[in-house]
Amino acid sequence: MRISNASFETDNIVYFENLSFDLPINRWTCLLGTSGVGKTSLLKVITEQQQNVSYMAQQDLLMPWLKVIDNVLLGYKLRGEKSKALIAKAENLLENVGLYSKRFAYPHQLSGGMRQRVALARTLMEQKPVVLMDEPFSALDALTRLSMQSLAFELLKDKTILLVTHDPWEALRLGSQILVMAGFPAQLTAVTLPDDEPLRDVTDPELLSHYQHILKLLVGDVI
Amino acid sequence: MKYWRILTTTFILLLVWQFLVYIFNFPKYILPTPWLVFQSLFQNIGLILHQALPTVTETILGLFFGILIGIIAALFLSSFQFAKRWFLPLVIISQSIPTFALAPLFVIWFGYGMFSKIITAIIMLFFPVTSTFYDGLNNTPKDYLHLAKVMHAKPMNVLIKIKFAAALPQLASGLRMAAVIAPIGAVVGEWVGASKGLGFLMLNANARMQIDLMFAVLLVIIVFALLLYYSIDFMLKRLMPWQE
Repeated sequence: MRISNASFETDNIVYFENLSFDLPINRWTCLLGTSGVGKTSLLKVITEQQQNVSYMAQQDLLMPWLKVIDNVLLGYKLRGEKSKALIAKAENLLENVGLYSKRFAYPHQLSGGMRQRVALARTLMEQKPVVLMDEPFSALDALTRLSMQSLAFELLKDKTILLVTHDPWEALRLGSQILVMAGFPAQLTAVTLPDDEPLRDVTDPELLSHYQHILKLLVGDVI
Repeated sequence: MKYWRILTTTFILLLVWQFLVYIFNFPKYILPTPWLVFQSLFQNIGLILHQALPTVTETILGLFFGILIGIIAALFLSSFQFAKRWFLPLVIISQSIPTFALAPLFVIWFGYGMFSKIITAIIMLFFPVTSTFYDGLNNTPKDYLHLAKVMHAKPMNVLIKIKFAAALPQLASGLRMAAVIAPIGAVVGEWVGASKGLGFLMLNANARMQIDLMFAVLLVIIVFALLLYYSIDFMLKRLMPWQE
């Protein structure tokens, strides 16, 4: 899938111009970059270009006034669609993320990891082929993050993902393609990857050289 | 057991009051003792309750319509740019005129009966509702709106299911304020011209130097205001279980 000519400027500052790149179908593309380089803006530009995407943010963006099940159904509620089949599907998805028993709870009664799982279920519920993710796991503690990555990877198998992240390990674990966004205006650089398929084992010592390579790309312009 | 503090402070204040009257020997037409006020309350309970009925009716109706107008005004002001530019100054002007100055006019325009009191209450209480709810509607988290956009939400649903819902806590604080103001509005309305009601009874008692009766009526108004506030508060908590 091709993203073409993505541009973003504000107050006459050009953050990036005519960025074009491919997203391999049903694979994870991870986008790395330093803060302020325009990663989130790139995602927002893509949401405006593309119709068939769903979106997952760093904050879970659960509506505090809706019960878990209704949060999963949010998109349908906002489009004015309603049916028994949808409710059954939402319940099924909650089952998959291990939160079926919490379906009538309010978001404030859940932990951060649980809330992000509900957000994952809501994203899946949208049934869009492309999922854009803006650091969805970065607010979680290290262990929850690992299990959340595995769960998301498992459940999003047949989706095309663009994941924005700060964490090179996360990118190395999940990405079939890793792009580093750097410079001003920003350019994208593809990173060479190990031959094996994700989910990769982050304890594999071979990944370390890739990690160092990415780090150099990221901080190169700073040092 | 959470009420014991308020009961204790009330009791101590009443004791101090009783004590002061004894020491300074105030005549009862200046400051009656609390004991005398209680006596007066029980002697006149029939009269007071009878006069409370119109005041309660005015308060409830004023509260209902004031809240309704307040909500509609906030929705209107936040939905249309032109509405904000043209009408927000008017709303603010309506609040800068002292209600005490307007109340006699309302009696002339809307008569001696309940209607002018209801209008006074509405004028006094719709603004906190409008103001808090309007702020809430304009401060919907941007990320919620972006998510709704990606989900291709219908504009009407964004207004009702996101903006309105997200503004409910602010609206609730406006409603709590309105609940406290409403009885004041009704009583002020009665002061400037009425033939019944607690405000009317207070003025009458004052004119006849029945200060103990005045205090008794005041006590009833306070109890009524508290009841109104806490029942609204209880209802709001029930309606918004996600607000801890």
